[in-house]
Amino acid sequence: MQQQELLPHLFRTEFRKIVTVLSRHFGIEHIEVAEDIASETFLSALETWTYNGLPENPTAWLYTVAKNKTKNFLARTTLFDQTIAKSIASSIRIDETELDLSDKNITDSQLQMLFAVCHPSISTEAQISLALRILCGFGIDEIANAFLTNRETINKRLFRAKEKLRLEKVVIEFPLGEEINNRLETVLTTLYLLYNEGYYSESNDAVLREDLCLEAMRLNYLLIENEQTNQHSVNALFSLMCFHSSRFPARKNGSGQMVLYKDQDDSLWNQELIARGIYFLKQASQGEKFSKYHLEASIAYWHTIKADTNEKWMNILQLYNQLLMISYSPIAALNRTFALSKVYGDQEAIGEAEKLQLTDNHYYFILLGELYKNIDKNKAMEYLEKAHSLAQTQTDKQTIQIKMNELA
Amino acid sequence: MDEFILIFRHQDGQKLASPEQMQIWMKQTMDWIGGIAAQNKFSGGNGLPFDDAKVVWPNNVVTNGPFGEIKETIGGYIIVKADSVEEAVEFAKGSPVLQGDGNSVEVRKIARADGVH
Repeated sequence: MQQQELLPHLFRTEFRKIVTVLSRHFGIEHIEVAEDIASETFLSALETWTYNGLPENPTAWLYTVAKNKTKNFLARTTLFDQTIAKSIASSIRIDETELDLSDKNITDSQLQMLFAVCHPSISTEAQISLALRILCGFGIDEIANAFLTNRETINKRLFRAKEKLRLEKVVIEFPLGEEINNRLETVLTTLYLLYNEGYYSESNDAVLREDLCLEAMRLNYLLIENEQTNQHSVNALFSLMCFHSSRFPARKNGSGQMVLYKDQDDSLWNQELIARGIYFLKQASQGEKFSKYHLEASIAYWHTIKADTNEKWMNILQLYNQLLMISYSPIAALNRTFALSKVYGDQEAIGEAEKLQLTDNHYYFILLGELYKNIDKNKAMEYLEKAHSLAQTQTDKQTIQIKMNELA
Repeated sequence: MDEFILIFRHQDGQKLASPEQMQIWMKQTMDWIGGIAAQNKFSGGNGLPFDDAKVVWPNNVVTNGPFGEIKETIGGYIIVKADSVEEAVEFAKGSPVLQGDGNSVEVRKIARADGVH
């Protein structure tokens, strides 16, 4: 790999490791110090490597420099604390032991940081931003792009989140016993949303979107690899992500436009990811409890079978029934009604759809348009037009336009 | 919004249904409940199997099942959210339990824990 490519690559993979390990070393209240040291390390790399060429083992080089910078920083802080600021209670934990950048410690630190970042005291949006920044090494611009907002908003959000973690005295450690289960729920929600952010993101940057999904999967997999967190719901969520990701190559056509599920070329679906999804769904199903991730993964599994059979839709309908019973969401209600139309016909589904009354939701009108398509074309068109006017994003408007063209 | 309990009353709980029939009922029940849940009006519910059913009488008398003297049995219940008893009644009308002769669904408002009701 050439140097121009290597440094950004290492930044993506190593920055987060250094920040995470350092944060655990210093305590979460000093995340900024950790970020500064990691940034300085990469700055040194940029300066040194440009003039002296690449070191033999660039990663080891980075770790050594990070360690030295940490030592220097601690020496300075100790001096400051002991001579200048004696009266000010310092909170930097002066740990004389050498910074441990072994694989095991990196993994442990990342897991612990994941739990710290997904702390219930901060909003889910802030949790996702922090996870992207600290655990995934995303730049501020990238995060802003993913959330379709600007640098300033993200900077503020990160700043407030870190303040909050400091105030709440959140410790970077593994929750104990029962606490794991309580906290794991929040962690899974964050990973689920992080994945969705990538899968449904409005950002035009396709690479960035896939990266978000991959990062969510990487973090989810960390939980599977750890014995204490390798729980059934964790496997179920991973399975769901595998099934969804299997369709990545088929979701967009050559010109970057969305391809609807029914029009997708299923030979483009990634069979290896589908197989992996099935494997983890099996792992997930060995317990007695079923989480919403189990149900969503099972629904996603049936969608990996392209053929429209009665069995497929019957199963999907029952899974949506169960999903709605434990966790209502408008999109699940709409998808259930679509499944119902496949099993019992459009007329029956129209009656059920009209009861939903989700009149500010454009998907509601897309559904009605779909259901009326073979019953009353004019009505179907009216509903699609209504959907088009309600849709907020370009992608959604595009999707509706395709349907309108098909109908006309 | 109030909560209402929909109690399924079966005329003859002892009558055995075939496994196929049971499966059809299950599916119909799930579709019915799913329709309520899709409107975000489902609060909870349970089936009440007849196995291991006991009736406790005064003076520590315990008998098997709700059968015998009591002809009618309760097969399950769901709790729904509704703005009025009329809305809850509309939900009840869809219950597959009503396909059985003599069966009924009793609709009762759940008292709020506010000390007034």
